[in-house]
Amino acid sequence: MSQVFFLVDHQDGKVAKSAGELATFAKSIGESVAIVFSSQPSSLIDQLKNFSVDQVITCSGEWEKFSVAAIADGISQLIKSKNPTAVLITSSARGKEIAGRVAVQTDSGLITDAINIDKDRITTQSVFGGSTTVHSAVTTATAIVTLRGNSIEATATNSNPTVEEFAVQISDLAKLNPVIQSKPAIKGGRPELTEANVVVSGGRGTNGDFKPIEELADALGAAVGASRAATDAGWYPHSHQVGQTGKTVSPQLYVACGISGAIQHRAGMQTSKTIVAINKDPEAPIFELADFGVIGDLFNVVPQATKGIIARKS
Amino acid sequence: MKIAVCVKQVPDSWAEKKMANGLLDRAGVDAVLNDLDEYAVEEALRIVEKNSATGEAGEASGHSITVISMGPERATEAIRKALSMGADNAILVSDAALAGSDALATSKVLSEVIKNEGFDLVICGTESTDARMSVVPAMLAQRLQFAQLTFAGKVLVDPAAKKVEIDRVTEFGVETMSANFPAVVSVIEKINEPRYPSFKGIMAAKKKSITTKSLADLNIQASAVGSAAAWSAVKDALPRPAKAAGLKVQDDGSAGDKLVEYLKEKRLA
Ligand SMILES: Cc1cc2nc3c(=O)[nH]c(=O)nc-3n(C[C@H](O)[C@H](O)[C@H](O)COP(=O)(O)OP(=O)(O)OC[C@H]3O[C@@H](n4cnc5c(N)ncnc54)[C@H](O)[C@@H]3O)c2cc1C
Ligand SMILES: Nc1ncnc2c1ncn2[C@@H]1O[C@H](COP(=O)(O)O)[C@@H](O)[C@H]1O
Repeated sequence: MSQVFFLVDHQDGKVAKSAGELATFAKSIGESVAIVFSSQPSSLIDQLKNFSVDQVITCSGEWEKFSVAAIADGISQLIKSKNPTAVLITSSARGKEIAGRVAVQTDSGLITDAINIDKDRITTQSVFGGSTTVHSAVTTATAIVTLRGNSIEATATNSNPTVEEFAVQISDLAKLNPVIQSKPAIKGGRPELTEANVVVSGGRGTNGDFKPIEELADALGAAVGASRAATDAGWYPHSHQVGQTGKTVSPQLYVACGISGAIQHRAGMQTSKTIVAINKDPEAPIFELADFGVIGDLFNVVPQATKGIIARKS
Repeated sequence: MKIAVCVKQVPDSWAEKKMANGLLDRAGVDAVLNDLDEYAVEEALRIVEKNSATGEAGEASGHSITVISMGPERATEAIRKALSMGADNAILVSDAALAGSDALATSKVLSEVIKNEGFDLVICGTESTDARMSVVPAMLAQRLQFAQLTFAGKVLVDPAAKKVEIDRVTEFGVETMSANFPAVVSVIEKINEPRYPSFKGIMAAKKKSITTKSLADLNIQASAVGSAAAWSAVKDALPRPAKAAGLKVQDDGSAGDKLVEYLKEKRLA
């Protein structure tokens, strides 16, 4: 059976949720091969056993220092040596850059931001803020595809993958721009925005008071998002911005509070499965997307909903 | 310093976009300078202004900013905007054979324009608002064999030492990276506030030169770019079925409770 590689994202010794999703996609179209860039892979390999993984290939090296370009070197060398039919990568800023460099190095077709890939390597993308669905096929030997988080439910299994170590030559090119200092994003107690099943977001309508947003988020076990108006005002960190120049999220439930629904905001949340909007203005464009819209003041509606949800649970 | 800024003309973000024959129908919508590329032009201007004896960009600064774009003839409109902000001159690669080019071809063409010109810095936006791939800058670095300093929220340039340092801002946090010239830099939209072209700038831009190049000028085979050469092909593009109109309630003091009921029904709470 043909091999499908996927790049395992990990931080602080923990395999990202997206790795399980990519494993599930990989297994559905071939033999799933996890690629782990780490010099201490053993605990990562143990975590991967919870997903559909047939094989793990580990590569050790200075990945924190040389990052994107060096990892792209590694994947390109793996492709040249093993000819997989596809390489699946998470559609993050970093993932897409790695994918781009790999495509150039290996003369491979590239699809970014896909939400599905099938056995014939036909990908599905949702473009123009979700208004159009595009199916594409890659015509080269290996397809490089980045997949949006939360596009598939990861299958939980017990697998017993074989493990192989692969020696990567990091090129001089990849050593041109070392990381000299790094401050990881501060993680609060809440789920990671792009991984969360529920996201509660606040915009200019919060007037800087995110307390009701955070309380509803905590009642729902959700991540907190923000519009650019809110991050620009300094009300919430940039890393929580949802939208074209922020993160793309695709949760089961997205709750937009005091957000008008500008096209740049929609670009980052339009594929959410269920969308709830709370806004004072009945004409706000966000209502065009909402499965459930409330015309009202978020400072009344949101705390009442929070109370109701907490009451239901206890 | 010799700086190149890569800008793309894109359909207005607000315009309704449609597909025609598997490609974005560009003819029917207003076209503008990709707004994320305005930050790239602005950052180039600030880098030059900081290192100019006169405090201004332009010939007297001893530095130059060249705008580079690949696109149809009418992309000159977007280029003019960048020139009226203060860039010095421009190169447009335009060729019928380029229609339908993917990011691989775009990066190939741009790298052919850039290489051999002796640029110290190539500054890009992080994303074109139509293609939304965020890959061209990384591909350029790979093709040109330049350092890759992308997703910069801060750029520090030391022209004497020929060094550049950035803060890379992504979902993983902030990484400080440094490199020697030449480097490809892409800037995020938090980095600055792009200026509006002044009247003087708009008048000056009319006299600035835009060199148009064809594929033949760059020694690129037409068969190497465009739809035919793309390594992926669109099979179909369908408008998403209209979403059933959602429920909409006016808050009468109980909308929060109604929302909880709704979430309960949908098993979301
Ligand atoms: C290059 C570029 C990139 C961008 N990228 C992004 C991006 O990634 N993400 C993003 O979000 N935006 C982005 N934007 C900005 C975008 O265009 C909008 O300006 C922004 O999304 C507006 O945020 P908002 O909805 O919070 O604010 P507004 O548009 O001001 O809307 C606030 C809403 O709150 C409602 N409201 C006010 N008070 C209350 C109340 N008490 N209760 C209920 N409702 C209330 C109002 O009726 C209004 O609809 C970008 C713009 C540009 C030019
Ligand atoms: N056709 C083009 N001409 C010039 N620059 C481009 C072109 N396409 C992309 N770019 C540059 O590459 C960046 C990222 O674009 P993309 O990878 O298409 O999302 C843009 O912000 C531009 O700076």
